[in-house]
Amino acid sequence: MSNDSVLRIDNVTMQFGGVIAVDNVTIDVNKGEIVSLIGPNGAGKTTAFNVITGVYAPTNGAVYFNDEKIIENYPQGKMRTMYKGENQGKYRQVLSPTPDRITKLGIARTFQNIRLFKSQTVFENVLIAQHLRRTSNLLSATLHLNGKEEAQMRKDARDLLHILELDDVADEMATSLPYGKQRRVEIARAMATKPSLLLLDEPAAGMNPQETDELTAFIGRIRDEFGLTIFMIEHHMDLVMEISDRIYVLDFGKMIASGLPEEIQSNRRVIEAYLGGAVDE
Amino acid sequence: MKKKELIPGLILIAALLVLLRYLELHISPQSQWAMLLTVLKKGSIYALVAVSMNLLNGFTGLFSLGQAGFMMIGAYTYAVLTIPAEQREMVYMYYEGGIIRFALPSIVGIILAGVVAAVFAFLIGLPVLRLKSDYLAIATLGFAEIMRALFQWDTLGPLTNGSNMLRSYPTFKTILYPFIVSGVCIALIVMLINSTYGRAFKAIRDDEIAAEAMGINLAHHKRIAFTVSSFFAGISGALLAMFQTNVQAKSFNSAMTYEILLIVVIGGIGSVTGSVISSFLFIACSEWLLRFLDETHVIGDVTLPLMRSGFRKVVFSLIIMVIVLFFRQGIMGNREFSFTRLFSGRSKKSKGGKADE
Ligand SMILES: Nc1ncnc2c1ncn2[C@@H]1O[C@H](COP(=O)(O)OP(=O)(O)OP(=O)(O)O)[C@@H](O)[C@H]1O
Ligand SMILES: [Mg+2]
Repeated sequence: MSNDSVLRIDNVTMQFGGVIAVDNVTIDVNKGEIVSLIGPNGAGKTTAFNVITGVYAPTNGAVYFNDEKIIENYPQGKMRTMYKGENQGKYRQVLSPTPDRITKLGIARTFQNIRLFKSQTVFENVLIAQHLRRTSNLLSATLHLNGKEEAQMRKDARDLLHILELDDVADEMATSLPYGKQRRVEIARAMATKPSLLLLDEPAAGMNPQETDELTAFIGRIRDEFGLTIFMIEHHMDLVMEISDRIYVLDFGKMIASGLPEEIQSNRRVIEAYLGGAVDE
Repeated sequence: MKKKELIPGLILIAALLVLLRYLELHISPQSQWAMLLTVLKKGSIYALVAVSMNLLNGFTGLFSLGQAGFMMIGAYTYAVLTIPAEQREMVYMYYEGGIIRFALPSIVGIILAGVVAAVFAFLIGLPVLRLKSDYLAIATLGFAEIMRALFQWDTLGPLTNGSNMLRSYPTFKTILYPFIVSGVCIALIVMLINSTYGRAFKAIRDDEIAAEAMGINLAHHKRIAFTVSSFFAGISGALLAMFQTNVQAKSFNSAMTYEILLIVVIGGIGSVTGSVISSFLFIACSEWLLRFLDETHVIGDVTLPLMRSGFRKVVFSLIIMVIVLFFRQGIMGNREFSFTRLFSGRSKKSKGGKADE
């Protein structure tokens, strides 16, 4: 393991009943990189994100963040007999934090099917992320004795919206915005938790070419300005090839290729998987 | 905006209290308007429990039906702890004066009513709040029913007086009392909703998965909402006990939860002012204005059909069906009533839209 490893997915398998959505996958993401995860529909990309963020405990395998083991599991109960993946017996302890704990560690994410808080404005959506850094307790917050903290929370949210050039829509209802804007608001909301690793699940889905270009620049910019590491699922190949430092390719849950963009572009197995499986592109 | 509303708000509250006191002093118990005072008192108590239910159902998205149960716990806590020592022999006559021999001051009783209800909520919250919506509703309703049976259980008689009535505890002398206690409690709930915790509750309501991804610990926050809501339900239970001057577990049945739910739905799920307005409307209708539905009416020598005892309940059920089918927003939707907005004649949203142009 290199000493600037930010995320390491170690032999992770996620099996739902008989379906193996992620099959013995290992991925490394290093500090400051933009790494993409691609693959046809149903390849298991979102499931991999859900494992990293604690939505599902993996059936087998482990996840490391900044070289520290944050998630580990092995086939238990009924899964002991149903398990069809590899590396059984290599992992022994159960370590399965809830998603909020993962966020507190510094991993934030966006969702493939945008999940903004629908009754709230853009500003309020971003403001909620400040809650995890509160120092006030229930009583002092209720009695509004935390004026300083509250003002700081609001200021941080405003500043972030300003940096991300979203102040013009700050007071609009988040879900009334056009699709492309909503995706950016979701990124802003994730950024508001002050992560060191950002997971983006198809950030360009539903965007037109111009919006996609803007997003490409945007992602590059936030990586540089905030010193972030970005791990991204994406179908738009132009975007992926342009900004990725490295690419991993999943197909039917299995890792079929990984490497530099040029290598992936000319990889036969990748081309076959896409031609055989997907209707996109 | 908040600061600007503060001064007129305080003036309004003072004027309201003066008006209430005036009404109380000038309406004689025999006049046909005496009912108005009863409605106002009971309405203020129901407003508190409705707002506390709204905190859960409307602001945190937890469909809980335990409200009557927590009110009962509050009512009993208050009554049991505040009956004067010399009255206990008479109240607990089947249980040799009961096991408690002291009496706490009324205000301490009210606070403990909330605390005990909150403790129960805290304890059952852990297993129950893991359940998803409809199961949570069933579990909390079940809890309330179990508590009701438990409180009437003969073995607990020395504490709860079994299925007999509790009475002779201190009650309130003036209408200002329930208004002030309810008002302070509702103000606290509103302040909670407007705090960073309230924002977390609303995030959970809107999208649990996204809320969790924002670093909000679901179990912890649901438990806070449940415990706080029950605390205030307990206090409203104590107020109800004072209003009724006696309490009996059997009156805190599921029909009562249903009434509170009806108030919340009519007022608008997610609107505090909606719940308050609809509490008074509901109590006015059920205690006063729609009473005639339960009476037999004879015009000439034709007895009007349908109008008999219990018909009122049928009408209420129809109202809730109509609301759920056609006016799911209730009176207020999830908006709040505001004087400044009423007078400026412009909603917040249209202002936001304008700034964007
Ligand atoms: N909770 C679940 N229960 C059962 N099966 C699931 C669950 N979540 C995902 N799957 C299955 O796992 C497989 C991978 O799904 P996943 O959503 O990870 O694909 P994806 O690569 O993100 O695809 P897409 O490009 O369409 O978003 C699919 O076959 C899906 O049906
Ligand atoms: Mg997906």
